[in-house]
Amino acid sequence: MSNINPQSKKESKMKTSVREPMSERRKFFLSVARATGLAILGGLTWSAYVSEVTAKELILRPPAALDEKDFLATCIKCGMCVEACPFDTLKLAKPGDNKPLGTPYFEPRDIPCYMCPDIPCVPVCPTGALDIKSVQNEKKELDIAKADMGVAVIDDNSCIAFWGIQCDACYRACPLLGEAISVEYTKNERTGKHAFLKPVIHADVCTGCGLCEKACVTEKAAIFVLPRKVAEGKAGDYYIKGWDKNDEKRLESATSQENTTEINKKSAIDSLNSGMEDLY
Amino acid sequence: MKTFISKYRFLIARRITQVSIMVLYVIANVYGINFLMGNLSSSLLLGLVPLSDPYAVAQMFVAGAVLSFDVLLGAFLIILFYMTIGGRAFCSWVCPVNIITDAANYLRRKFGFNQIQKKQPASRNIRYWVIATSLVISFFMGIAAFEFISPISMVHRGIIFGLGFGWASMLVIFLFDLFVLKNGWCGHICPLGGAYSLIGKFSFIRVHHKHDNCTACMKCKEVCPEVQVLHIITKESKPITGKECTNCGRCVEVCDDEALNFSIKNLKKEKQNEVQ
Repeated sequence: MSNINPQSKKESKMKTSVREPMSERRKFFLSVARATGLAILGGLTWSAYVSEVTAKELILRPPAALDEKDFLATCIKCGMCVEACPFDTLKLAKPGDNKPLGTPYFEPRDIPCYMCPDIPCVPVCPTGALDIKSVQNEKKELDIAKADMGVAVIDDNSCIAFWGIQCDACYRACPLLGEAISVEYTKNERTGKHAFLKPVIHADVCTGCGLCEKACVTEKAAIFVLPRKVAEGKAGDYYIKGWDKNDEKRLESATSQENTTEINKKSAIDSLNSGMEDLY
Repeated sequence: MKTFISKYRFLIARRITQVSIMVLYVIANVYGINFLMGNLSSSLLLGLVPLSDPYAVAQMFVAGAVLSFDVLLGAFLIILFYMTIGGRAFCSWVCPVNIITDAANYLRRKFGFNQIQKKQPASRNIRYWVIATSLVISFFMGIAAFEFISPISMVHRGIIFGLGFGWASMLVIFLFDLFVLKNGWCGHICPLGGAYSLIGKFSFIRVHHKHDNCTACMKCKEVCPEVQVLHIITKESKPITGKECTNCGRCVEVCDDEALNFSIKNLKKEKQNEVQ
């Protein structure tokens, strides 16, 4: 042992003395490469996190908010809309709320939007994430009825009006009374002598203020506001309302594409005799 | 012997400024007394003057947001102030996180953690890499990337609008600075501090060093959160021109020899020195 050790020490000493000191140039490139690598490492983790936290679809924004994607880019998270709201409807998302951090939102069952005619939350927005133009009419007057925070939907299994119990709480609470929610009378076949007074939501008028959700008498609201994107379906461009002149106009610029299908030339009776091959 | 007040005069003034700015925001939110509305991301002073965080605005711009006049004017006013007068004063005179990191740093000194961990294995340029990364992410994801993870915003927004689990991020910063890295958050990582360093690089209010008075006691270097800016101590009479100096004034108040003081950057003298 004692023989080997000094020798190997010598060898390693020789090795290190042989190795040239790293040039400044090489050091520079290595440190830049290291920093770049670390930036990519951190950047990917960071963007994964951001992508997760901004993917929340079920969030209701203040009136006049831009599309969710533009809203997230434009809102500076200053909270001035929250301060301007006289009903404490609006809140800023805190850590733990599981919503895009620092952005304003409201929960109607807690406090709905009372649709102030002067809309104090919108003009204070410094960035235009709440776009005042979207709640102005042609005369540049503020019109809260043009707000589009979401749309109310009804779960008719838990709505007691659909059971035949008389309740028009949501209809009465609606600030656009008779326009956004109307009541439809139908016969109650079960009793044979009573009527159902069913609330019907008119999605094109509904602003999503959530006063109906707040007013709903059931344990968990049977009528509730969802972001329009979540609540609404889409028929697609290929359906045209033939009875609607404006919709028909879309045909004018349409290009046609023909599909041809081979028609079976055999007669129908042959098909029955073919041992069902054609049918399956 | 210096009195207690004169020994901590800037520290006391800074704490008063930091706390009163937060108080102004809180009373605007809670009582509607609108001297200063909003928060440190964007505010409205006296119901008239918009002020905006230039780093947040830069991220929004890169993210493709259409910037309003108000927010651009706000960022411009802030840049103008720190570029000409304040330097990086935001960090030590306004930002509430500074109170947390100063506390961590104080405990580090008191308990002697600096003795068991003398080498700080991280570069103080990380913050500029974080800025670059945040802009790249903002560009590709179309959102202001740092604003969604910023512990600074969590803290000031938390103080004004409700904290939630924001206390956890405060604790993370505190523990990080206490046990992991000396001046870790404010002095290495925070991209907002980096942005204000870049903005305040040429500001006029600077700490000046009088070499003749200096006794090389090194008290200033012990308290300085950005110790690299004090490299001229014991060497030459010059203003501290390092962009990362936060103008906190700790070095000025701990100096017993009148070797450090605030003054307006004396460009003439600087040039003379260069000639010599």
